[in-house]
Parts: sequence; C-alpha cells; structure tokens
Amino acid sequence: MPSPYATHPEAREIVFDFLEGYDVLGAFWMTVKLTALSALGSLIWGTLLAGMRVSPVPLMRGFATVYVNIVRNIPLTVIILFTSLGLADIFGMTLGASDFKVQGFRLAVLGFIAYTAAFVCEALRSGINTVPLGQAEAARAIGLSFSQTLRLIVLPQAFRSVIGPLANVLIALTKNTTVAAAIGVAEAAYLMKSMIENEAQTLLVGAVFAFGFVVLTLPTGLFLGWLGKRMAVKR
Amino acid sequence: MKLRKVTAASAAVLALSLAATACGSDKKDDGGSSGGGGKIKVGIKYDQPGLGLKQPDGSFSGFDVDVATYVAGKLGYKPNQIDFVETKSADRENALSRGDVKFIAATYSINDERKQKVDFAGPYLLAHQDLLVKKDSNVTKATDLNGKRLCSVTGSTSAQNIHDTIAPKANLKEYSGYSECIAALQSGAVDAVTTDDSILAGFAAQDKYKGQFKLAGLKLSNENYGIGVKKGDTATLDKINKALESMVSDGSWKTAVDKNFGPANYKNEQAPKIGQIVK
Amino acid sequence: MSSVLYDTPGPRAKRRNVVFSVVFVLVLALVAWWVWQKMGDKGQLKWDLWEPFTTSEAWTTYLLPGLGNTLKAAALAMVIALPLGAFFGIARMSDHRWVRVPAGAVVEFFRAIPVLLLMLFANEFYARSTDVTSDDRPLYAVVTGLVLYNASVLAEIVRAGILALPKGQTEAAHAIGLRKGQTMTSILLPQAVTAMLPAIVSQLVVIVKDTALGGVMIGYTELLSARQTLAANYANVIPSFIVVAIVFVVVNFALTSFASWLERRLRRSKRGTGAVLAPDTVEDNPAAINGSYGAGTYA
Repeated sequence: MPSPYATHPEAREIVFDFLEGYDVLGAFWMTVKLTALSALGSLIWGTLLAGMRVSPVPLMRGFATVYVNIVRNIPLTVIILFTSLGLADIFGMTLGASDFKVQGFRLAVLGFIAYTAAFVCEALRSGINTVPLGQAEAARAIGLSFSQTLRLIVLPQAFRSVIGPLANVLIALTKNTTVAAAIGVAEAAYLMKSMIENEAQTLLVGAVFAFGFVVLTLPTGLFLGWLGKRMAVKR
Repeated sequence: MKLRKVTAASAAVLALSLAATACGSDKKDDGGSSGGGGKIKVGIKYDQPGLGLKQPDGSFSGFDVDVATYVAGKLGYKPNQIDFVETKSADRENALSRGDVKFIAATYSINDERKQKVDFAGPYLLAHQDLLVKKDSNVTKATDLNGKRLCSVTGSTSAQNIHDTIAPKANLKEYSGYSECIAALQSGAVDAVTTDDSILAGFAAQDKYKGQFKLAGLKLSNENYGIGVKKGDTATLDKINKALESMVSDGSWKTAVDKNFGPANYKNEQAPKIGQIVK
Repeated sequence: MSSVLYDTPGPRAKRRNVVFSVVFVLVLALVAWWVWQKMGDKGQLKWDLWEPFTTSEAWTTYLLPGLGNTLKAAALAMVIALPLGAFFGIARMSDHRWVRVPAGAVVEFFRAIPVLLLMLFANEFYARSTDVTSDDRPLYAVVTGLVLYNASVLAEIVRAGILALPKGQTEAAHAIGLRKGQTMTSILLPQAVTAMLPAIVSQLVVIVKDTALGGVMIGYTELLSARQTLAANYANVIPSFIVVAIVFVVVNFALTSFASWLERRLRRSKRGTGAVLAPDTVEDNPAAINGSYGAGTYA
C-alpha cells in the first residue's frame, strides 16, 4: 500500500505542523537528564540507606526504617513542591543556582533522589535477604568486619539479584520525572500541558508524548531484564 | 465448602466493584444537567483574599463576591439561593459556554481573545498589573526588575507580560497559587510578586501580612474586570449591566470597595462606566 | 543484638557502636537544630500560623473535604480499574495469540506512560469532546488517568496472582473435566483474588499518592489543592504543607500496615494454597524478588 504522504505531500506538513515552534526534543532531553542524575543519586543514597538498615548500630537502623516509611507514604508531588516552597524559599537552599530555571532543575533532582532512594533501599534490602546465610557466615568466619562483609560479599551478590526490581524503579523514576512540571521544570509533561491546551490536535500531541515515553522506558526494561537474567547468581 | 465461601467472597467483591462502577457512570449522566430549582450558580475564585475567598465557616468574602451577590439580587435571587462554585482561570470560558454557571465574577479581565468565546458585562473595576514588594524595597519602576527575582502564577498573563515586554531579564519563579508567591516574598526568596494590584492588595491586607508589604503603584497594564456570561445571552447581559449601573449609583459599589480594599490602603480607580474599556 | 551480617558485638565492637551512635545522633541533632533555627528565623514557628489546625473549621471547611475527594478519586479508580485489570490480566494468559498479544500490547503501553500525561490528556479530551461539567471534569480526568495506568498494573498483579497458584490446581480442575473458562472462574480466580489482596491494598497507596498530581496540575480539589485555599485564608503556606504531608503519611501508613497485616494473616492461614502476593509486588514499590512480576515481566 502506498503511503498517504506519497500521494499527498502536503499531508506530512499538516500532520506535523503542530510540532512547529515547540522544542519537543529539548523537553525530552530534560526528562533524560532529570532521570539520569536522579538515578545515579538515588542509587548512592539508597545503598547507604540499605547499609544503615542492616547495620549493627540500632540508631542507624531506626533512622533508615523511619526514613523509608515516611518517604514512601508521601506523594512525590508533595516532596517536589516542598523542595521549592520549603528548601529553597524557607531554608535558603538555592543549590548554587540563582537562576530559577536552573534552581528548579536541581531542586527537582534532589527531590527525586530523596524519594527514589527509599525504593532503591527496599529493593536492595530484599536483595540482601536472598543472599544465602552461608555467605555471610563464611565471611564472618574468616574475620571480615560488618562493612567488609557487606561491601565485599553480600552487596555484590545482592545487586546482581535485584537488577530486575531496580529496572522497575528506574522505569518508575523516568515516568515520575514528569512531576517536576509542578515546579516549572520544562520537561516533557510541562511542554505537553501547554501544547495540549493550545493546539487543536489533542490526540496527535498525546500520541507524540506517549511515544516518547514508550521509547524511553521500553528499551530500558528490555535491556535491564536481559541483564538481570544474565547476571543472576545461579544457585 | 471452603472454596464456595471464597468464591462467594470474590463474587461479592466483583459485584461491589461493578456496582460502584455503575455509580460512577450514573453520576456522569446527571453531571450534564445543572442549575434549576430556584438556585443560581455563580463562578468565583476561592483563594484570593479581598476578591473571592472561601472562609473557615464555609462562607465567601471579597469584592467579586459582593458584586456577584448584588447582581444576583437584581436578577431575583436571594443570597441563600446563590451557589458559589470555584472557576479556576483556565476553566472560565469553558464553564460559561457549557452553561455550568450563569455568570462569572472572578478577576476576569476583558480582552479580545476572550470576547470571542464569551460576552462581558461591565467592566465593574479597573485594576492594573503591579508589584507587591517589601515595605523597605527600593523598586520604583518596571526596569528596576531586570536581574531581580520575581514571582507569579504559572501561565498567567502577568508572568507573560514581564517575560515579553516589561522586564525580560527578570528571574521569574512560577507557582500554582499567589499565596505561595507571597510566602516566598515574605521569606525573602523573591524580591517582588506581580499580578493585578487588586489581588495583591487583598493579600497585603491579610492580618498576618499587614504592614509588611507595599504596592509599587506602577500601573503596568489595564485590567478591566468584567462579568462573564455565555456568548449570545444578551438578556442576562443587559440585566447584569443594569444591575452594575445601579450598584454604582446607589453607593453599594463604594461600600463594597471600602469594605474589601480599604484595609489594604489600595488606591482604587473610580467606578468604570459600563462598556467603557480602558485599553 | 545479632544478625547474620555481624557477630554479637564484643566489648570493642560495643564501644565502637556507641561512638557511631553518638556521632549519628549529633549529626541528626545538628540538622534538626538548623531546621528549627531557620524556621524560627523565617517566622514559620509562630503559633498563629499553626493555631488554625487546632480549630475544627480548618478541617471541616478545607482539609476533610479535600481528603474526602482524594479518597473518592482513589476508590473510584481502584473499583473501575480492578475489573478492567482482571480482564486484561486474564486475556494476557489466553491460549489464543490474537487475544494474548493485543492485551499484552495495551498493558505494556499504558504502563510505559506517566500518569500525569494520561491525566492531562483526559482533562483536555473531556473539555473538548464531551459535556462533562467543568465541576466534574477534574475528577473524571484524574480517575481516567489513574484507571488507565492502574488497570495495566493490576493486570500484571492478577497475572502474577494466578501464576503464583500451584500447578496442581489447574491440573486437578482439568482432571475433573472443567473447561478452561470454568477453571479460571471457579478455581483459579477466587484463590488468586485472596492471594492478590495485599498487593491490591498496597496499590491503593500508589493511587492515593497519585491523586495529588491531579490537584496540582489539573485543579482537582483534593487534599493538596484544598491546602492552597486554606493557605490563602490563613497565610500559612509551610505549616499547611507540613500538616497535609502528615495526613498523607498517616492515611498511607494505615493502608500499608493493613496490607502487611493481610499478607501475614493469609500466609498463616491453613486454608487455601498458601500462595500470597507480597504487598510490594507493585510497580512503585518493586522490592519483590520472588514474585513472578519483578524481573520476569519484560523477559
């Protein structure tokens, strides 16, 4: 079947006319940047939290437990708004940016890290639980300390077994970055909101952004799913 | 036996969910028909002190509310027959054209774009885009704003004005509501808040903010507040215009202005003539 | 105190733990002190900003109706998404390719798209193409967005729930001559529903949290945007924010606790097959290792 564009060259123009004047790629690039930085940050902070949750110091265990349980139960929207209304406006944490656009971006990343780390921590903790007791016992038997046991023996195995769940966290994070629109970060949802209000072709606008997210999340899921299978510790 | 119980339970869950789904769609059907029953639906703002504010006891206060009450009175509705509903800025045209509300008095500036979708009675107040700054601020003219930190509401015309013409180099922070902007101004996170002076005056007059802020008095634009009615509903339009005229002539207009803006030390403009739009 | 990861602390380890504890407490105290100081500096600790929350009016006029709307949207979304999710979950396990593939595509598509985008789209769609009143439209948009997304998540939960049942159930059903449909409706589904309950309750937490998006982005008057009206009246942006956050935590914590109580109870109970889907089999809380949902979904 010949493409409709072949017979009506102007059809292509009509179909994609609504994209003109909008920086759709730029908005998605912002989404990618938000996701990448937040993912990195939450992996670090989440690992630290998981370490605290299984540590021999009761206070740290308590802190990590309370942190995870509070953060998981607050809407992300509340956390993101709070970074701007609370951290920036009241506590003066401008994160080294005087321009509100830059500041909003950094605050959003901070908010995403604080939120996503709770889920990373939970994923890791259950990963730690899948490591056979013998591993930790053997580590202790050869005289490794808690931090050595965790760092050298348990965590490497735990990480390999939680690639799947962590992939889900990453996909959820990619989608969650849209919440940054609430504090005016010009990412995909922010642009879509103004486009969908101003353009007549609601369905097309929706389709373009939906497609963008499918492109972002589906390969991530497939790749990490494959990696998870490959890396899984055979027992 | 056991199995049966579980089956029954899950069937109940399913039935329940179906019933609730049905409830949901029932509501969909009723949604279309509103009004009637001797009540009038009027659109106002809920979160703007001095203009339209939902108070703790559930009643409403503000200049827009007083004007709306007076107008509804002239249309033959007692105060207890008025149903005030919240019409957010983006929803106003839609609410009118669909007939969800009879008229809207919600800081609704008359402009050409909107006039294509709705009809306007009035204007009943002439406001100006202005700046709210701290008492000791030295911002005196619009160009002072370049390089300053400014707050306004996401997607508002005031924000657009600043960005496009007044001070393109201003550092603009956007929130979804003015109270967040005012809080940022109070804490020193921004240097000025910009929108219509009438709205700013309402916030500045609140007990907790009294004496902390002042209006810069810049008159950056002219905002002619009108009462929006459905396009083509000339009968209502004429009645509302008559009502507004008599509101000015019998002194109720002045009373309402003094009551709502008096404490803010806000220098309001004279009552505008009906149909006279200041560009 | 002991765990697999470390030995029961001896005298030296005990000393070291005490030092760690003290340092940790000091750091936390320092942060707390700084927060308190800053809040004081900015006048956020003044009693008259917090005092409204001790009156019943602040709750009955603003917050409780807002919370009511939050719960209403969440309940509606769950109740509509559940049958839809069950339908797609079962369709995805069909023996027929032409049922399985489209159902899978729909589920994967809606799981890949942010709820916010779905809400924004639904909001605009209702405004342009239907005659939902502008009062009701935000609720419809929020519920539509939540349903589209959560139905696809629930479809996966249903699938995982059915897969979690022992194979013997299906085999026995077939052995006594039940057809595929009968096996599903009278053997598998009833047991799977029980197994899924904790996961479903915990998905409710995700839904409750997501309603807040509708408040900020499309003007549904749920708890978070009711806060805005409240703050306009009492001029207490930050205190109202903190109070609303606490309300969310309390509601969701109650739901989470209920979910884990359900799970424990179901695991303990002698009846049934003992197959239970952990509450955290859910997307937003993907700590599941053993659930068939976790890693295997994309494979």
